Amino acid sequence: MAGLILEARGLDVLLGDYQVLWDARLAVAEGEMVALLGPNGAGKSTLLNTVSGLLRPRAGAISFRGEPIAGLPAHRIVARGLAHVLERRRLFPYLTVEQNLRLGAYPAAARAGREAQLARVKALFPVLEARGSQLARTLSGGEQQMVALARGLMAQPRLLMIDEPFLGLAPRVVAELAEAIRRINGEGVTIVFIEQNVELALSLATRGYVLESGRVALDGRSADLLRSPEVRRIFLGG
Amino acid sequence: MGLVYALIAAGLSLIFGLMEVVNFAHGEFLMLAMYVAFFAWSLARLDPLASLPLAALALAALGWATYHGVIRRVLGGPMLAQIFATFGLGIFLRSGAQFLWGVDFRTVKEPLLAGRLSVGGVFVGLPQLAASALALGAFVGLYLFLSRSETGLALQATAQDRQAAALMGIDTDRMFALGWAIGSACVGVAGGLLAMFFYIFPEVGGPFALLAYVAVALGGFGNVPATLLAGVLVGLTEVFAGLVIAPAMKYAVVFLLYLAVVLWRPQGLFGRF
Repeated sequence: MAGLILEARGLDVLLGDYQVLWDARLAVAEGEMVALLGPNGAGKSTLLNTVSGLLRPRAGAISFRGEPIAGLPAHRIVARGLAHVLERRRLFPYLTVEQNLRLGAYPAAARAGREAQLARVKALFPVLEARGSQLARTLSGGEQQMVALARGLMAQPRLLMIDEPFLGLAPRVVAELAEAIRRINGEGVTIVFIEQNVELALSLATRGYVLESGRVALDGRSADLLRSPEVRRIFLGG
Repeated sequence: MGLVYALIAAGLSLIFGLMEVVNFAHGEFLMLAMYVAFFAWSLARLDPLASLPLAALALAALGWATYHGVIRRVLGGPMLAQIFATFGLGIFLRSGAQFLWGVDFRTVKEPLLAGRLSVGGVFVGLPQLAASALALGAFVGLYLFLSRSETGLALQATAQDRQAAALMGIDTDRMFALGWAIGSACVGVAGGLLAMFFYIFPEVGGPFALLAYVAVALGGFGNVPATLLAGVLVGLTEVFAGLVIAPAMKYAVVFLLYLAVVLWRPQGLFGRF
């Protein structure tokens, strides 16, 4: 295994008075593609939100490229090369597609390479070119997800975290997006993503983490997880 | 006058759109801006037109300080805390003005612009005309800043989705402070313009702020370009009601219009919500 790009250990996270994560961990190697699995409410999104700085852990440590980042505000963490695409896309609805994309390269480091990166993401998702001047809210769900991914890439991240990229999309669009995510990973961007569909997630990822009730129940290589009776128990009950 | 209302309302709308906080001290901010213009004139013989940048800067600093000193502390708190914080600030500023400068009406005498102009048989006060033109100019400047500049887009992004904006690398805390500074600077300009032809006293802000709330509600909260139209609409309604019905009734008609909109179209005439 190459060097770790991200390592989180012992994370306790509360939302209000309610503890959502208990001693959660996540380790991702440079260049990997890792899936986070688990039923609704298991804490997958909370884990990513904590890593990207939207939430502060009560206990635990997070290091990104060897440096501690726990407790830093989100805008500082993005600038270090860790982009996070939120669940349900969360585009700026009343800005155009082009404006959304440009804002993705807001950090000073990314701003220098903005035009080149814009050309790159438009090559990855050709539909963005035609939709450039439309308000983001007028796009279809699949197109919005493409904008969200592209906007995340505009920061020129080393690690891209994607929360439920396939949520509510038609099978054809899912296949198209999965292919795009594979290509992004192939170009050297490490990827962590959340997906509820076990088969889909593990066919895409090299490794997976399974969360259950705020704890990491198990983790391992995709092929091993697919055969695991434990995974079957968590997802099918019984 | 509508254009000046619009500028006051734009400041209010900008702050609300950004963080869903209503600045109930907005009228007092306007009053302070007018005093800045007054003292610039009485102490340094600067005409309100010349001291306009000073009023804008002073109010921007006040807005910035208000965010850091007051608003930030109550942001996580309940809605009532936010309302009372700005409401209390307003009372404090008004009473402070009474204490320091008394309740006398003051005016800037011998302003640079005076007299009136005949436009197609209708007489228009020259200061009023200049105020309208400058207010419109400030509004256009604000609009261009918000829609064209990098920082303006970051402000809009913060208003539309705070978390997503933070994940773009935008320091949302700084954007909030900036929003307060710019929103207050709008009132600074409006106050400086009003000082050319309006009495200045501690209570002067109230009616203007009230009309600004009406304009913001008409335009749709948080929608800055729409407040321009709404502000003009309020100004025109006021004038026509004064002409057609009776001058004493003009505000009644404005607020009736407001009630009608709130009852039948609560999201505002151009609202998104």
